[in-house]
Formats: sequence, structure tokens, C-alpha cells
Amino acid sequence: MTQQAEPAVTTPPAPGPSKETDGRTQQRPLALRLLARPEVGVFLGAVAVLVFFLITAPPVRDGSSMANILYQSSTIGIMALPVALLMIGGEFDLSAGVAVITSALTASMLSYQLTMNVWVGVIAALVVSLAIGMFNGWLLVKTGLPSFLVTLGTFLILQGVNLAVTKLVTGNVATDNISDMDGFDQAKALFASSFEIGGVNVKITVVWWLVFAALATWVLLRTKYGNWIFAVGGNKGSARAVGVPVTFTKISLFMLVGFGAWFVGMHNLFSFNTVQSGEGVGQELIYIAAAVIGGCLLTGGAGSAIGPVFGAFMFGMVQQGIVYAGWNPDWFKAFLGVMLLGAVIINLWVQRTATRR
Amino acid sequence: MDRYYPRSRRMASVVAVAAAATLILAGCSSSSGGKEAEESAEGASAGKANTPRMTVALVTHQSPGDTFWDIVRKGAEAAAAKDNIKLDYSSDPNAGNQATLVQSAIDKKVDGIAVTLAKPDALKDVISKAKAANIPVVGLNSGVSEWQKLGLMEFFGQDETVAGEALGKRLNEAGAKKAVCVVQEQGNIGLTQRCDGVKKTFEGSIENLNVNGTDMPSVKSTITAKLKTDSDIDYVVALGAPFALTAVQSVGEAGSKAKVATFDLNKELTGAIDKGDIEFAVDQQPYLQGYLAIDSLWLYKNNGNYMGGGEAPVLTGPAFVDKTNVETIDKFAAKGTR
Repeated sequence: MTQQAEPAVTTPPAPGPSKETDGRTQQRPLALRLLARPEVGVFLGAVAVLVFFLITAPPVRDGSSMANILYQSSTIGIMALPVALLMIGGEFDLSAGVAVITSALTASMLSYQLTMNVWVGVIAALVVSLAIGMFNGWLLVKTGLPSFLVTLGTFLILQGVNLAVTKLVTGNVATDNISDMDGFDQAKALFASSFEIGGVNVKITVVWWLVFAALATWVLLRTKYGNWIFAVGGNKGSARAVGVPVTFTKISLFMLVGFGAWFVGMHNLFSFNTVQSGEGVGQELIYIAAAVIGGCLLTGGAGSAIGPVFGAFMFGMVQQGIVYAGWNPDWFKAFLGVMLLGAVIINLWVQRTATRR
Repeated sequence: MDRYYPRSRRMASVVAVAAAATLILAGCSSSSGGKEAEESAEGASAGKANTPRMTVALVTHQSPGDTFWDIVRKGAEAAAAKDNIKLDYSSDPNAGNQATLVQSAIDKKVDGIAVTLAKPDALKDVISKAKAANIPVVGLNSGVSEWQKLGLMEFFGQDETVAGEALGKRLNEAGAKKAVCVVQEQGNIGLTQRCDGVKKTFEGSIENLNVNGTDMPSVKSTITAKLKTDSDIDYVVALGAPFALTAVQSVGEAGSKAKVATFDLNKELTGAIDKGDIEFAVDQQPYLQGYLAIDSLWLYKNNGNYMGGGEAPVLTGPAFVDKTNVETIDKFAAKGTR
């Protein structure tokens, strides 16, 4: 993987098909150059999984089944995007799964206990989520500790706080139902509604997922901030030397994960009306997995925003495809692991073949 | 006077901001629902015993944030308050860690221990240590077939298999043909026993479906997916209240005709039974398990009593909650004690 180790400031990996007069890559055919892009491998992997289940599980061919798979993928995918950006920036966040629940709990309890319009809770939850991200980023930059330790700490803190505060405030370990409160219907329309396309019921989160993915791709490839992300993930020292605001970039990336946690948290709250405080544990690994499958390097400096979209889709496809195919549920997790490993290996093989010679 | 001017102006702006904030917040208050609509919820209380203060440890295999265990704990706390008992609650889903928690209760020389036996073998040694230290031990919730072998005095709970069997019979009465049993935690023995129990008595066909219990959107998608693959499914059996409520959404989304039944209650669930979204729930009365376990230790210490005569377990379930009796239970569920 040495090709990613060069200083990324001036040459973010594969920024677009335009500049190719480097002298080393120009002779390579278009197909191979395309295959070398981080998202192409996962795209092929996702297609392979899709075709596999289209053949083995007839119900998947139905449009509404695909909508269901896309819904599951979107709730993973919306979080996988900021997690991927953070990972390109050289860090990762173990607290992302429980942070989703923290956000949902904050919004629910605040509006319920103070009998406020739910939007008050929604805004407060956004502030809390961004603050958690800021805390993670600030502590990381300030102490220089690895993100594994910092976010493992936040993960445990949030897990405990979720439980203890919910119990303290509501007297139970789940929040109260807020579905009859003012503003609920508007918030539900934004975060958890659905609409019909050709007789198929599509969830709004799928739309948001694609919008966020487009936005993230644009930021990553076309803005100065996008270059900063590649730079701090590639080599922090040289990035700083050429004037990249490393501290700002890292903290803002963690806050971006906070934003994602808020969004998914609001979806959970407004589609299920109540939240159990023990949820969310383990989800962080699924977000990270979707980003890694999507071609983001665990060591930072390389990746894309569109890759994790396919990564999340692959996850949703495998998880529901197993059910559609009607396989023995005892093997569920083993199937999931095998399919994912298989997809990642295809991904890796495609990239190796493409970048060889 | 002049130099006070800036300060008073600052004061004025602070007041203005506070006033504005108050106004904004007041404007945002919800006219329906919320805390103001909630009735004052007080737990059951029955006076207080004048017996000497004693300490009892309750050690469970609860995983954090589960509504079910919260109700067990509330029952235990109510009994402790009534009996002048100091209750030490601790829990760990890992059996080895749970054994360590029992050991620390022994080290603290408590007057009694109530323990769940999700993995009886792991607790065997530590329970015999408690007996050697002359500390009475009772069991609750899980371990109905093991408690006597381990030498516990009494047991309070439901036989998960028996509860499953009862639910299976109920499905037969409802004329169900094909059911799916939704397991929110793959490999959990109690949950497996419930599904197995249903399988034993249910005359139709039933299969298990594993879902990721820590991620509700995924639970919803998976149940929807299952219902889509098989339109013959006419009953979804959930093993916990929050998952039953999610299953109702899945049924709607899949356009399925399936009905939903569940194990265990919470305050949302009684409302759903009342509305007819959920057909019935098997209630093992977790509050009663916590309450009786603690109360029994008080009775033993102060009067030498054994509930169940030291021979038979005291069964707290399966009790059915459906449209016919949900009204009486609803108000207790709202308090979080049913």
C-alpha cells in the first residue's frame, strides 16, 4: 500500500480523471485507471452481492424489498459517511454508535420533561452531539493520545451516561412516548417519513443518505477543506508544515460525526417514538466496517465518500438478503462475516490487479 | 453614577436575553403530551417494618438499559423499603463477573443474597461459599430447573419453556398456522427456551428469526424482510416489548396480515394491546420476582419461612395480558412497574 504514503497535500489520491501528465501513469489504459480508484472495487463487490441475492433470493427482485434493503443501508450509510471522512483524516470514532442514542435520548427527554415543542429537544440534541464531537477532537489534539483511547473513553462515558441519566430523569431505562407532542409530525416528516415511487414505499432516509453522499464527495474532491482532510490523514507533520490547519480539521471532522449521530438519532426517535437507553452498542463497528469496505484506509490518507455508500449498501444487502433467502438463522452472523470478507477480498484483488505494472 | 452605567446596561442586556429566552421557550412549549400530561407516578408502598435493619444483595445478569430488568429492580426496591432493608443491587451479563459480584456480597457479610441463574454452572462454587458463610440465598428469574440442585432456599420466576408452551397453545386457539419467533439476542438461552417452548405446543409451523437488538432500524427491516418472503406468516412472536412494538411497524410496512404477540410488558405495550395493534403479551411479572425475592429473605430472617416450602418454585408467570384485562394493568404499566 505504499502508493498512498506519499505526501497527500498536493496529490490527493485520484482527485479526478483530469491531470495525468505525471509520466508514470499516462500509459495505463482507462479501464485499469478506473479500477484503481478506491470505490470501484467495492462497487464491483456490491454488484456481485446484489446479483448473488437476485439469483438465490427471489423476493429481492421485488421493488419494495429493495426499498427495505436501501432503508437499512441508509441508516448505516448516513453515519458511515462522516466516519469515512474522519478515517480519511487519520482518526476513527468508537463512540459513534452510542452517540446516536445519546442524541435521541437528549431530544426526547428534554422536550418531554419540560413539556416543550419537540423542536427544542431536536436543536438541543444537535448542540449536545456537536459538543461530544468537539470534546473528542479537542481531547485528541490536546493530549496527542490515539483516537482509539480517546473515543473508547467517550464510548464508555456515553454508555453509562445514557443509562444513568435516563433512569434519573424518567425513572425508567427507556424514554417516554413523545408522539402526541407539538412539532412531532413536522420532525417526523423531516427525519422519518416515507413516500411512494411507482407503488414502492421509499424512506426519506434513503434520499438524505444520497444527498449527504453527494455533498461529502463534493467537499472531499472540490474544496480546500477536502484537501485538508487528505493532508492531515496522510502526514500530519508535513500537512502542518504547508499551512493546513490540522487542529481545526481534526476537531471539525469529529463534529461532523456528531452531526451524523444527531441525524440518525433523530431518525430513531421519530420513527420509534421512544428510545431504550441500552441501544447503539456495537453499531460503531458496523459504521467503521462500511467505511473500510468502502475503500477507506484504517491508517488514513486515502478513501472516498462514495465508497462507503456501496459499503453500507453491501452491509444492508447481505443482512436482509440472508433473511430473504430464508437461510438457517443460526448461521446468520457467520454468513454475514463470510459475505463481507468475500466482498472485501474481491475489492482488494480488483485494486491490486488494477494498480499492478 | 456614570461608571455604573455600563454595568447596568450589561445587566439590562442579560435580563433582555433571559426574557427573550423565556419567551422563546414559552412559545415552544407543547400543548399536548409531555411531562405535564403524565400523572404523578408513585410506586406502591405498604408502610415500613420495625424489624432491625438488614442488608440484602440482589445480583442479576442484566445487560444495561433493558426495560425488563428495571422493573425487577423496582420490585426489589419496593420490598426493601417496606422491610427496612438496605438493597445492594449489582449486575453483569458475563457469568464469571456475576460470580465475582456474589463473592463481594459474601465479603460484605450481607444478611441475604438473591441471584439469577442464567448460567448456573458458573455460580455453583460461589453459592456454596455463601452457604458455608451461613448467608441465605434465593433465586429468581432464570434457573427454574437448577435452583434446587445448587441448594438455594427458594425460587421466584417463570419457567421460560412453560411460558413458551402457554403461548403456543394460545396461538392454536387463535387459529394461527405459521409463526415467526423474533430473537433479539442470538445465543441467549432464555430467549431460545421461549421459542422452543412455543414450538413444542404450537400445531402450526414456526421458525426463528435473529435480529440485531441494539439497532432498531435494522430490527424493523429484518422483520419486514421476513414477512415479505412469506405472506403465509400469520403471527409474529416477539420476545421483548420494544421489539413487539417495532414488529407492528414492520407488519404495516410489509403489507402483511400477520398479528403480533409478545413476551413481557412495558408501558407503551399496554397501550398497543388496548388499541388492538398487539394481540396479547405473556407477562412473567418481573416486579413480583424482585419483590418476592427480597421479601422472602426478610420473612426467613424474621420468621423462618420458606415460600414454596423449599420444594417447589414460586411461579410468577405465565400470566396473559390481552384486551380483556389490559385496562387494570395499564395504570401500573404507566408507572413502570408492570
